[in-house]
Amino acid sequence: MKTLYDKLWDDHVVEDLGSGDHLIYIDRHFLHEVTSPQAFDGINKKNLRPWRVAANIATPDHNVPTTRGQNFELESIEDEVSKIQIIELDRNCNKFDIQQFDINSEQQGIVHVVGPENGFTLPGMTIVCGDSHTSTHGAFAALSMGIGTSEVEHVLATQCLRIKKLKNFRINLSGCPRPDVTSKDVILYVIRSIGTDGGTGHAIEFSGDYISSLSMESRMTICNMSIEAGAKVGLIAFDKMTESYLSDKVKLDKSEYDKALDYWKSLSSDSNAKFDKEIEIDVSKIKPQVSWGTSPEMTSDYDSCVPELNQNSDKYSTYKKAIEYMGLKEREKLSDLTFNKVFVGSCTNSRIEDLRLVASEVKDKRISENIEEALIVPGSGQVKLEAEKEGLDKIFIEAGFSWRDPGCSMCLGMNEDKLSPGDRCASTSNRNFEGRQGHMGRTHLVSPMMAARIAIHGGIPHE
Amino acid sequence: MSEFKNISGIACLLDIDNIDTDQIIPTEYLKSIKKFGFGDFLFDGWRYHDIANINTLTSSRSLNKDFILNQAPYNESKIIITGKNFGCGSSREHAVWALRDFGIETVIAESFGDIFYNNCFKNGVLPIALNQDELLMVKDYVSNESKLHISLADKNIAIKNEKIAFEVDSGMLDMIITGQDEVDITLSISKKIKSYESNRLKQKPWLN
Repeated sequence: MKTLYDKLWDDHVVEDLGSGDHLIYIDRHFLHEVTSPQAFDGINKKNLRPWRVAANIATPDHNVPTTRGQNFELESIEDEVSKIQIIELDRNCNKFDIQQFDINSEQQGIVHVVGPENGFTLPGMTIVCGDSHTSTHGAFAALSMGIGTSEVEHVLATQCLRIKKLKNFRINLSGCPRPDVTSKDVILYVIRSIGTDGGTGHAIEFSGDYISSLSMESRMTICNMSIEAGAKVGLIAFDKMTESYLSDKVKLDKSEYDKALDYWKSLSSDSNAKFDKEIEIDVSKIKPQVSWGTSPEMTSDYDSCVPELNQNSDKYSTYKKAIEYMGLKEREKLSDLTFNKVFVGSCTNSRIEDLRLVASEVKDKRISENIEEALIVPGSGQVKLEAEKEGLDKIFIEAGFSWRDPGCSMCLGMNEDKLSPGDRCASTSNRNFEGRQGHMGRTHLVSPMMAARIAIHGGIPHE
Repeated sequence: MSEFKNISGIACLLDIDNIDTDQIIPTEYLKSIKKFGFGDFLFDGWRYHDIANINTLTSSRSLNKDFILNQAPYNESKIIITGKNFGCGSSREHAVWALRDFGIETVIAESFGDIFYNNCFKNGVLPIALNQDELLMVKDYVSNESKLHISLADKNIAIKNEKIAFEVDSGMLDMIITGQDEVDITLSISKKIKSYESNRLKQKPWLN
């Protein structure tokens, strides 16, 4: 009796190398401009070529400007160092014939948005990328994980990874959520409950009737942030929802598709499979979540307060540092905070469903006077086109948002989209680390719905 | 790393949980396309008052003298002792490159982020995980003594007359000691990879 993770693992073992090490075959390798140059350099120095070119898909995302417009010229990137990185990706992809959605492609975007929407992410695959949020693709019953640059080089050169098997952890999510609770709130609640190391050393499978009810977009949000709970692998079983999402994205002839579908249908944990760890969460009890600190586990209900410091707690020094950095007071009500920035985007929440949700909240309204900048950065060119087809861009612009071109943007503040010192930002991204969105910037992680409401109210609305 | 059989040197205590890789090296330095030269940027946000900028000369920057790595003898630290979940967050291998380039040879923690842990071994940095009680002993020891001695052959840490044993996978430790190249090792069984691959693509042609 096997878990989904066991099945995916067993199907990809090329060789048992002893003492727990295994050589695992990699079906899909996503590349972006930031963690790949040193890896390409490595294979160049060894005079190697990518093992299986067709396994690789590339797009620049982390470091691209989001005010590009049409026919953007790389030359216009002011930061010389950033420019070189994007040119390097072009050069490496051209040299090895790797399929790239370059900066002017309509399909360019955040690699974890581009992969699934173009049918490059398929159930049963092993998927890696030099980016920790590769866990996103686990929503498709694929064994996917973030890797370091040495491993990127290893995968390019050998199409394999040398890794140890993880333990199995199941999180069963049941019940019907409040209408103002999204999958982002649920995953933040999970992280807050088990801690940012709760899933370390494990692959987390998310299951239960709540998961079954979710769209693929919402499932991707959950798996995306499994890394914030310490698990580099997040997984959800294949079901009708996965099948319907893939039906218009996978370009296969009928007999091949039917064969694939037969196999995909086997991609769930056996009913009596054993997990090393299991927890149950009733999502009907979850309120909208807002992070208050500098780690995703420092998250509370939207209608609660900053925690009280307890000198006897082992969390004292960590909490004290976080409260100081965030410019907060102990026991301060979260709803008393004033925000001046809003960011809607990132591989967690930049898909069409997220943008529709924001649009429904801000239609015919204006952002608060407190809000100096409110960015909406679609996850990909395709998301952008769809949003514009539906007229969402007009709703955003009329409400006072800045409507941008696709990229990682202010999730990590690598391009020009950064917080300034002291800014307080409601962000739909995944990390509230010190300086993550800009030097001395203060990030509060929220759902797209809460980000929209904060944009309108200038703070967390009272109910 | 040469002669990496023992680690002996200044140990610095960063008694905070969940130090993420964004703290170890901020995103700004991920613009570099090189694998070396990150030592000046280790814990950049804590080490300097001014904003990280890859184009700024380190000598012109404003040091935060309150930060332990800016104080003698800790500016020559070889060992970092910290809390749980060190290296969580982003997969950036630059975090390990920054530790290595600064001169850090080992990090002792209660636990590590999974991706960071693997990245360490590829770059000759040894991550040592201890349980809470053992870690507390090490923390107590280094609050009075600035130096620590670690034997890789015996897999233990010397604390006064006691030795605290630690677990680390022998294969991974060998990688640090010998500095073997994983790509070369894997390519030595490339026939097996080819045979697996051709079977796989035959059975699951949609993966082509």
